Amino acid sequence: MTEIAATAAHSMSAAESAAARRLRKRYAAEWRFRAYGVAALIIAALFIVALLSDVVVKSVSAFTQTRVTLDVPVSAETIDPEGKRDPQTLLTADYTALLRDALREKFPTVTSRNDRRALNGLLSSGASEDLQKRVVADPALIGTTVKTTALLSDDADLFVKGRVTAIETEQGTGSATVSGMDGDVTIVSTNKDFADALASVKRSLASQASALLAEADRVADNARSTTGDEKTALDAKIAELRAQVAVLNARFAAAGAPESVDAEEPTTLVKINGGVVRATEISATEIKGTTMVPLTSADAAAAGTWKIETLAVPEASRRVSDQEAVFLSVLSDQGLIAKNFNWSFFSRGDSREPELAGVLGGLVGSLLTMFVTLVLSLPIGVLAAIYLEEFAPKNRWTEFVEVNINNLAAVPSIVFGLLGLAVFLNFFGMPRSAPIVGGLVIALMALPTIIIASRAAIRAVPPSIREAALGVGASHQQAVFHHVLPLAMPGIMTGTIIAMAHSLGETAPLIMIGMVAFVVDIPSGFTQAASVLPVQIFSWADLPEIAFQAKTAAAILVLLVFLFLMNAVAIVLRRRFERRW
Amino acid sequence: MVLVYFGLMLLLSALAYYLGRGQASSLPRPLAALPTYHGARLALFAFFPMLGLFILWEAIVPRLLMSRAISSLPTDLQPADALSLSARTRELLAVVNGTPSADISETVRAAGQALASNLSMAGMILLVLGLAVAGAGVFWAKSQITQQLRARHTVEGTVNWLLIACSAIAILTTLGIVMSVVFETFQFFTKVSPVDFLFGTKWSPQTAIREDQVGSSGAFGFIPLFIGTLVVMIVAMCVAAPIGLFSAIYMAEYATPRVRAFAKPVLEILAGIPTVVYGFFAALTVAPLVRDIGRAAGFDVSSESALAAGIVMGVMITPFISSLADDVINAVPQAMRDGSYAMGATKSETVKKVVLPAALPGIVAAIMLAISKAIGETMIVVMAAGLAANLTLNPLNSVTTITVQIATMLVGDQEFDSAKTLSAFALGFVLFIFTLGLNIIALHIAKKYKEQYD
Repeated sequence: MTEIAATAAHSMSAAESAAARRLRKRYAAEWRFRAYGVAALIIAALFIVALLSDVVVKSVSAFTQTRVTLDVPVSAETIDPEGKRDPQTLLTADYTALLRDALREKFPTVTSRNDRRALNGLLSSGASEDLQKRVVADPALIGTTVKTTALLSDDADLFVKGRVTAIETEQGTGSATVSGMDGDVTIVSTNKDFADALASVKRSLASQASALLAEADRVADNARSTTGDEKTALDAKIAELRAQVAVLNARFAAAGAPESVDAEEPTTLVKINGGVVRATEISATEIKGTTMVPLTSADAAAAGTWKIETLAVPEASRRVSDQEAVFLSVLSDQGLIAKNFNWSFFSRGDSREPELAGVLGGLVGSLLTMFVTLVLSLPIGVLAAIYLEEFAPKNRWTEFVEVNINNLAAVPSIVFGLLGLAVFLNFFGMPRSAPIVGGLVIALMALPTIIIASRAAIRAVPPSIREAALGVGASHQQAVFHHVLPLAMPGIMTGTIIAMAHSLGETAPLIMIGMVAFVVDIPSGFTQAASVLPVQIFSWADLPEIAFQAKTAAAILVLLVFLFLMNAVAIVLRRRFERRW
Repeated sequence: MVLVYFGLMLLLSALAYYLGRGQASSLPRPLAALPTYHGARLALFAFFPMLGLFILWEAIVPRLLMSRAISSLPTDLQPADALSLSARTRELLAVVNGTPSADISETVRAAGQALASNLSMAGMILLVLGLAVAGAGVFWAKSQITQQLRARHTVEGTVNWLLIACSAIAILTTLGIVMSVVFETFQFFTKVSPVDFLFGTKWSPQTAIREDQVGSSGAFGFIPLFIGTLVVMIVAMCVAAPIGLFSAIYMAEYATPRVRAFAKPVLEILAGIPTVVYGFFAALTVAPLVRDIGRAAGFDVSSESALAAGIVMGVMITPFISSLADDVINAVPQAMRDGSYAMGATKSETVKKVVLPAALPGIVAAIMLAISKAIGETMIVVMAAGLAANLTLNPLNSVTTITVQIATMLVGDQEFDSAKTLSAFALGFVLFIFTLGLNIIALHIAKKYKEQYD
């Protein structure tokens, strides 16, 4: 008896544990399933965070611009040789020459053609704008010295912002003796001040060696499939590469040994006695180099009065030469270079010079295009929705219209671009790149969205409203236009704003109709050539200048802000006016 | 001039409205129609004659003047073929618009200036004629105003036609798309055989520029583009389908209102970001990242890989799938879930075995619509995928897609008779057919199985 009871209890517990196991498994499956859902949402959220932060980080440098402050003697010979103070002459005079002269004053020792060109290259081609504006406004300034700020070129600008290379600055800890004031000099420190610079050169040698080794491997891969002369040539190349690697590795291994520095290695600059020396050979305590800016004295410099700057990116792989870097660094040591907010980004049209490019042209173009779109698609869309929802008989025609609208909503935007190109540009002969054509094409694209949203809004108005109007003797149209439509309006407006927000970001069809053209002027009419903001983003993203990357990201931010505002308005409208019946 | 005309049109309509209303108000009561309807009727009689005249005039007169201007040119400047005709037309138009190119010949400039003065003269005549037509219309309609005139019927009848016309614009648009792509596609097929296009495995339209070159016919094999589009689309769907479906299921079945309040905006933001922004992110951030990760793992990844474009496109499509799937899942009747819970099923079992099968037609339709969107998406692939038409299924390689080719071939000025330009329209036609077909099938599936569980 007890035995039986025991086995029963035993089997029961076995069954129970099997059930419990199954249950655990089912709950685990449940938990996993839930986790997939959460993971999907988290991935989506992370993507947004990554995208937005990427855009914001990339855009930061576009919102500031760097200017150099200069005291410019406005000489009458350059500006107004005839002395008539004719506004036209003043407007077209060569102010850039004045700025260049003023900049050269800062570096009296710069005489060689190349150095002078490097110095001139620091200034943007639009640098003279401020000076020009002031002199034109007040011709009395001619003959005086004017304190003005000049815009730096994009490369110089990026260098000042630290985007070209990281710069490491160290104070000299020992007292340094200098062998001369100009030409090739030797600087000897009593401490091992140059050890860090030496180490960074060695590191760069090692990375060069590994890059060469990788190339040798790649060539070897190619060589395997070749024969004859080609193979011998490739083999020779491999051997040469490997030999170079060996040399570099040997130099790397010899820690502490003096190292010669060329354009492939990080640049080391020594600022001492008011001059700048670029190292060509480094050891831990001594530097041989050429002076970039002559020294003012050959006396020994005490500890802490001189410093070493290491530019991490080698000269060969950056767009700012050592000479330009030295100019900028000297100017900035004199406190002449200032960063300020880049207002002109919002007040200028497109330009091929990154530091001069702005979004206003694209913004105005977008505004004009959106105006055309709104004027066309809102009334047509609402009227079509009213017809389909209120008046259309249930027949083939109505069904055909509805199928068409649904299909149009799914037609790729680029096909609408083809339509615009073939019909509006080629058949009707409308102007290329014009906001009116862009607006037309986008209106056709926005139409299905607006119709669908308006129909939903009209359908949401309860039949009792209609019936009450009809009951007191209104015609069907009166009932619709006087009673149903006003009540549906908030819903229609919400749908329209969201459709407009989508249209604002539309790019592909506008590229088709030529709005990708490079337009410098701010468009002032519907038939003038214009670009729109998203197309400008597209064309900037393609440009090779690094500075345009930041500009592109900044333009994206501007676009996103507008989209955000439009959507916020739509949400507010919905919250305030939406009624549940 | 156009603006003046339309301004005048609106002004006259408004005047006619007040005129009609005033006259009807002074009539003895009772009236068959309210005075406002009399006013509106009169406004219609000013508006439509002017509009009709404008359309008629613009369709005929500028062309007439243009052909006269061209035939007035000396014989050596007479256009010989369609190409030089369009070139000459462009030159003349440039003179009219005040933007002639510097190297234009003096005779053409003179002809253009004559054309410009003719055109402005024509504009003046149009203005006067328009005034006359509107005046006549209003005068006649005004003489008809009586106590018994049923003005409301006229007005409402016109409004009704206006409504029909507005809803017909959708049809006109479809027609316009079909006509424009079909017409150019036929022209393309007179230059390249449809068999070569549909089954060719080599796409290199660039060689077709000069007629005297070797291989001047170019290669217009559609297969590499199709495969490229397919590869990008599959990568995108591999990202979008699981993320979209799982987020839809979670939102519909599990999420508390607080989670919904967080998750819904996330998906809406994803849906609201313009594609050009996705393209920027794909080209400048994701593609280098994918390349570096791939190289670190020992794969040879192109810097314009289909994988990078596909991943970003997948994220772009995710909200599209999730919102459609969310709708169909919510449409499954609650009674079915309750039945399943009553049998002791867990939530995930209910979803997997009851809700999803019930919602399957809708989900399939959603995925097909998403595929059609992926195929038609342009900016991401233009910016992040390559231009080289490689025939490969490897997503690590660079591929090109239909939309990329359309966009790159039609950027800038084109000659409308080269096979290269026309091929873009042929590709557009294929794209249109693809997306239309997917769309129709998806709607059909959704419609056919929709009622089953209600």
